[in-house]
Amino acid sequence: MRNDILRFATAGSVDDGKSTLIGRLLYDSKSIFEDQLDAVERTSAARGEEYTNLALLTDGLRAEREQGITIDVAYRYFATPKRTFIIADTPGHIQYTRNMVTGASTADLAIILVDARKGLQEQSRRHAFLTTLLQVPHLVLAVNKMDLVGYDQARFEEIKAEFADFAAKLDAPDLTFVPISALHGDNVVGRSENMPWYSGPSLLHHLENVHIASDRNLIDARFPVQYVIRPHKSADPELHDYRGYAGQLAGGVLKPGDEVVHLPSGLSTRISKILTADGDVAEAFAPMSVTLLLEDEIDISRGDMICRPNNTPTASQDIEAMVCWMTDARKLTPRSKLIVKHTTRTAKVMVKDLRYRLDVNTLHRDEQADHLALNEIGRVRLRSTQPLFVDEYSRNRQTGGFILIDESTNATVGAGMVVRAD
Amino acid sequence: MGQASQQAPGRYQLSQLDVLEAEAIFIMREVAAEFERPVLLFSGGKDSIVMLRLAEKAFWPGAVPFPVMHVDTGHNFPEVIDFRDRRVAEAGVRLVVASVQEQIDAGKVVESTGRWASRNRLQTAALLEAIEDHGFDAAFGGARRDEEKARAKERVFSFRDEFGQWDPKNQRPELWSVYNTRIARGEHIRVFPISNWTELDVWAYIQRERLELPSIYFAHERSVFERDGILLADSPLIARDDTEVPFTETVRYRTVGDLTCTGAVKSTAVELDDIIAEIAATRITERGQTRADDRASEAAMEDRKREGYF
Repeated sequence: MRNDILRFATAGSVDDGKSTLIGRLLYDSKSIFEDQLDAVERTSAARGEEYTNLALLTDGLRAEREQGITIDVAYRYFATPKRTFIIADTPGHIQYTRNMVTGASTADLAIILVDARKGLQEQSRRHAFLTTLLQVPHLVLAVNKMDLVGYDQARFEEIKAEFADFAAKLDAPDLTFVPISALHGDNVVGRSENMPWYSGPSLLHHLENVHIASDRNLIDARFPVQYVIRPHKSADPELHDYRGYAGQLAGGVLKPGDEVVHLPSGLSTRISKILTADGDVAEAFAPMSVTLLLEDEIDISRGDMICRPNNTPTASQDIEAMVCWMTDARKLTPRSKLIVKHTTRTAKVMVKDLRYRLDVNTLHRDEQADHLALNEIGRVRLRSTQPLFVDEYSRNRQTGGFILIDESTNATVGAGMVVRAD
Repeated sequence: MGQASQQAPGRYQLSQLDVLEAEAIFIMREVAAEFERPVLLFSGGKDSIVMLRLAEKAFWPGAVPFPVMHVDTGHNFPEVIDFRDRRVAEAGVRLVVASVQEQIDAGKVVESTGRWASRNRLQTAALLEAIEDHGFDAAFGGARRDEEKARAKERVFSFRDEFGQWDPKNQRPELWSVYNTRIARGEHIRVFPISNWTELDVWAYIQRERLELPSIYFAHERSVFERDGILLADSPLIARDDTEVPFTETVRYRTVGDLTCTGAVKSTAVELDDIIAEIAATRITERGQTRADDRASEAAMEDRKREGYF
């Protein structure tokens, strides 16, 4: 079990062959079990479908099977000898933008599927934009159904050039293009003999080898305090004064002896020990869950942040962020009051200003917009009741991302990515 | 963190089990910090054994800050109940038993009859009543997304209304690791810290942590009979018809649940290594192989979950 984990999101509609692709990855890596396949075959046959409908494997809800579409994110798991994979299979339709945003938020890589016959569609551009907005570090454009265009290199190059043009306008990360046929398996697991002109890796080979270790921020030490461990009732006298600050590193590296700064107090101390139930740790780094013991007694509680001197997040009550609105029950408007949850800290916020609404298909900025409705994205200024300890989302997805909660319904109504804080 | 974190190829590289463990510990601490009365569902099965271990590690050297609860159908494997009591005492946590038998005796639920009689569905009523009686606002479950297609769609923090129902079409978006823990009185959240683990991860973790398991997980001789391709224990709790003739077989259990609907598998695996090799090679899912309750319909799990099942 020495594998690392790659989390990837797939975007594209059923018509683009997304479910077929996932089905093939699962099937060829022997991650579909016989009883699952039996069930799908039985259902397919009962509905009079000509082929075994692999979408039935991923569309797990009754409503999805009835409507033949993916509504919500489904998580799938498979492993090869090289890596373990978590797939967030996200719906492609515009009315499920929030679900795609959800799936992309934790992804190391996103695969956007394009039908080689149709080329780039409005939704391909939208998927690419959302992927870069969520700062998914690696993007793969899989040009599918190459068999239906005669495995034509020129067609592939044309789509590739068009997409590269568009991606240049985005803050596009590492970009890879693979021509595939999910139905026939060309360039999915093994290299295709039908496309000798393609010299790149198969899709699975790329997934197995793409370098993700350096995607984590190991520079800026960020330790949001999650829980204070105080075993006061313990019979062990050594534990009477124990005060451990438990949490998961959101970035950087911490070592015993390091000088650290506590926010919001600004007080400094040193780390005396870093503990886990398995014993002391010489270094802690993201995403380890550890407990810090500090040399001095400082009043520290949940929602506080421990970081290094000269490298602290911005402590601010004024946040500017890109917000994706996720409810149809109400709209985001200036003066809306909401609850923000950012790392382990919860506060109230008021929307000060909607700078603009972004058209997710054309990237046009509408500065006249006075609200965001469901699935709309815009740049928003927020004022919070307490300082939040934020980084730009492009620098750290953990300390740059937050959710917005409706105070009366408790629903999660928005997701935000910090652009700047004053 | 295990040894792996120190020797992994890259200096700042964690193994898959370390990443999954760190995620689960984060989730458990989040619940302990934000809810008033959490409870951990503990059946004595392998997933709940992993969960209890994770809870011990999350709050060490402090005690686990919540009780555990067993939803007891009364149709138990005695080996599992012995194990449950021993493990709970060792962990020093309080055990709450939500008893299906008591619900039946009190006339609150009616047992189904016939060949397919099972108390599986009745667990939901016992679970929901216990959650209400004890005022639990969060219940940890050991469900994994790889188990079943409805579970693959469920959030880590899964909201339940005042009737304990899950609404799969109206789930809260869940981004990064920022979990919305807010609920109104009478509602609760089911929390699944090992959502992202696979069956093989669970076994690898049991091996790495040297966790004790009930003996029925290992190969043993047992009197069984076959029903619809599933080997059920020959027990007074299950009515056999004349064609269902018991025979002795060397078996083990891949999952542990209610005795009347949990099947055994033929196996000679007596060590953890053997079990891991067997799981790695199998071509059938654990629920497909061993759970009669999932065979009711294609959406059996979704339907039960909507009603409040775990």
